[in-house]
Amino acid sequence: MQNATSLDKNTSAPKAVSAQRNFVMRMLRAREFTLVGMILVIGIALQLTTGRFFTIPNLNAISLGFATSAIIVVGMTAALVSGGFDLSVGSVFAMGGVVTAIALRAELPIPLSMLLGVGSGILAGLINGILITKAQINPFITTLGMMGIARGISLALTGGTTIAGLPSEFYVFGQGKTFDIPNLILIALFAIIIGDLLMRRSAAMRQIYYVGGNEEAARLSGINVDRVKIGVYLLSGFLAALAGVLSVSRFTVGDPGTGMGEELRIIAACIIGGCSLRGGKGTVIGGLFGLIFVGFINNAMILLRVPVYWQQLTTGVVLLLAVGFDTLSQRWQLRSRGRKTV
Amino acid sequence: MILSIKKFTYIMKQPLLEARGITKEFPGTRALDNVHLDLLRGEIHAVMGENGAGKSTLMKILAGVIAPDTGELWLEGQRATFLTPHQALAHGIAIVYQELNMVPTLSVAENLFPGRLPTDRFGMVRYGELFRNAEQAIRALNIDLDPHTLVGDLSIAHQQLVEIAKALSRQCKVLILDEPTSALTDREADMLLGLLRRLADDGLGILYISHKLKEVFAVADRVTVLRDGKYVGTHPISTTSPDALIRMMVGRDLGTLYPQRSEQIGKPLLQVQDLCGSRFAAQNSFELHQGEIVGFAGLIGAGRTELARAIFGADRKLSGQIILDGTPIDIESPKQAIEHGIGYLPEDRKAAGVFLEMSLRLNVAVTVLHEVSSGGFVQAAKERVLAEKSVQQLNISTLNIEQEVRRLSGGNQQKVLVAKWLAIHPKILIVDEPTRGIDVGAKREIHFLLRTLADSGVGVVLISSELPEVLGMCDRIFVMHDGAIVAEFKAEAATEEKIMRVASGQTSE
Repeated sequence: MQNATSLDKNTSAPKAVSAQRNFVMRMLRAREFTLVGMILVIGIALQLTTGRFFTIPNLNAISLGFATSAIIVVGMTAALVSGGFDLSVGSVFAMGGVVTAIALRAELPIPLSMLLGVGSGILAGLINGILITKAQINPFITTLGMMGIARGISLALTGGTTIAGLPSEFYVFGQGKTFDIPNLILIALFAIIIGDLLMRRSAAMRQIYYVGGNEEAARLSGINVDRVKIGVYLLSGFLAALAGVLSVSRFTVGDPGTGMGEELRIIAACIIGGCSLRGGKGTVIGGLFGLIFVGFINNAMILLRVPVYWQQLTTGVVLLLAVGFDTLSQRWQLRSRGRKTV
Repeated sequence: MILSIKKFTYIMKQPLLEARGITKEFPGTRALDNVHLDLLRGEIHAVMGENGAGKSTLMKILAGVIAPDTGELWLEGQRATFLTPHQALAHGIAIVYQELNMVPTLSVAENLFPGRLPTDRFGMVRYGELFRNAEQAIRALNIDLDPHTLVGDLSIAHQQLVEIAKALSRQCKVLILDEPTSALTDREADMLLGLLRRLADDGLGILYISHKLKEVFAVADRVTVLRDGKYVGTHPISTTSPDALIRMMVGRDLGTLYPQRSEQIGKPLLQVQDLCGSRFAAQNSFELHQGEIVGFAGLIGAGRTELARAIFGADRKLSGQIILDGTPIDIESPKQAIEHGIGYLPEDRKAAGVFLEMSLRLNVAVTVLHEVSSGGFVQAAKERVLAEKSVQQLNISTLNIEQEVRRLSGGNQQKVLVAKWLAIHPKILIVDEPTRGIDVGAKREIHFLLRTLADSGVGVVLISSELPEVLGMCDRIFVMHDGAIVAEFKAEAATEEKIMRVASGQTSE
């Protein structure tokens, strides 16, 4: 804040000191920081009131609850950072699972079945990306259309019923454990860590921030905007379908009706975690924290025996509070800056 | 009877609208400095000046869009203050901007009466009445237009007429037009000018901003000239001449503000042959040598930016060839242009240049992501070195390299843009209005930087609407008009008068 006014002159001398303070300020301003604090507060409050929050079974149950969602968060973060979003993830989640389940029932080998399921998601994402970039249809319409198409395919392929009776070796991904930690949680952690690392550090994914920050400037700086956007939707489709396949492995049935409303829950989590619908900002870790935060609140309500119907209301309130607070604090920042410089 | 005639002549002589001593400052510049203007009833009054002379600012003050710092407005002998465009309109002052403000998906009638649609007691629009009113408004202009037509289906000229009809339907006394003919064909412009003449003869006062001398002499009664935000003078059109007007618009010294030109111009670097792009009509050819700064002058909309964007691959090319270092090359995208060592600094810094919400470090690294990376990962250390080097080399005032670019001043933002192009070690740098809206100090630094670059062998293309800048900086100057290069001057032979003459469409003698 202070630095905004003193910019034009004499800024070289106290550089080291102010750089340090700047770093601390940025840490404090980062959404992730606030969220971790609030998550801890809720956790401790629950531990104190119920006495059974920080227990292995409860934490395991919570983590398993949002493991598949966490995988989808990675792709959604990329889509939001690029300045778009992907409404089709819930349906693609179902489609990926259903395709794998059908392939398994047709006695195709497990790896091939999984590949087919994930491949269906990659295809959906590719189509989204091509429509958004080459046909210039906006992301809302494109992915809304794909949301219907993927759901329709899942329902048509199954005739609207669930598919059970899958080979038991397939369940290792969703139900197995490694060193006493559920595989599903390990896979989700892996996706989050790799996703966050790549978004932060890789040259390829750095381009997503430029595209979301200022598309025209990115293009004039030599970034292939279309390719970046297609890649983003492809990634989102891939991860949604992967999550769907893992979900079938966990629950042992392919369900064409699963994942309804997942897209909005995920977008809400990412926004709470610091993404902006205008693009250009947000992190994978932030999205995960957003997810955990909403998950904790819901878990708290279960532990406190609040009727389940109230959960959606809380998610809505939290989303509005997070975004409202952000917008207001930004406007306040701008206003105080305006007073000082004009 | 005699009295009333006296009174009548008094009213006719009293200015309809008068601006006295208007001053307006924006951060870093004084846009208007003690400017006067008076408009009589029944008069077409042209306002002229170079780009940036303050014409548009003055018009916006008259229309209540911005408030003057000091100065008075008098309307029909009464002191008036317009705090909002709405208030100005209520006093009978309407403005038609260069960019039209209409809803293309609605009919002419609905666009004529926005916010004033006739409604019944349930709040429903009475379309019968609306279309009758529209019919009337259009007939008053004596033009042929169906009020049911969607505005989006109309030509620009007809859209302009709708805007004028809209203004007149509010019983306005003063009509302000900002370059109304810039997007019109000659015939359409003639039609519009004829209409304006008729309206003025009916008693309307018209303020008319234009760059086109021919039009001004054809239609205006008087002309006021502004230069660098200052009032130069007002003359009846019958007592002045095109040459006199041009002198009034540009008369000023260059001084020694600009860096020394170099004596050594190298071999041809870039040859553009018969290039025709999707956004300009003509085929254009020119050459750029090593170590040379070539200027492109012309009025806004003359096609300079479009030509640059076509070369850079930002817009489609329809035909023509680009030869770099003697080899014909294909440039289909900015990415390819950059790979050939061509950089382009766009004219609209905020919309197409910087990433406002991102740090200086990220802004500088964008063009060279692969160079600051290894194994596909951005190396934070290399990135920081690049950013620190840029800050030092270009003397960018910033707290540190993590500063968000939106927090920097305009001049420093512009330097960040220059830095990202220096990072690619360009062979050719095209800069489009590189000093627009930045303070004098930063401007000077950028000028010297461009010359230093040229001296190191880079070919620089400088597009600027500021004639002193073009004259002071460039070794050769091309002038564009209507999408085509219409003249080439050696620096020694060029004068502002000569350039203005060809730029405003007058054929050189």
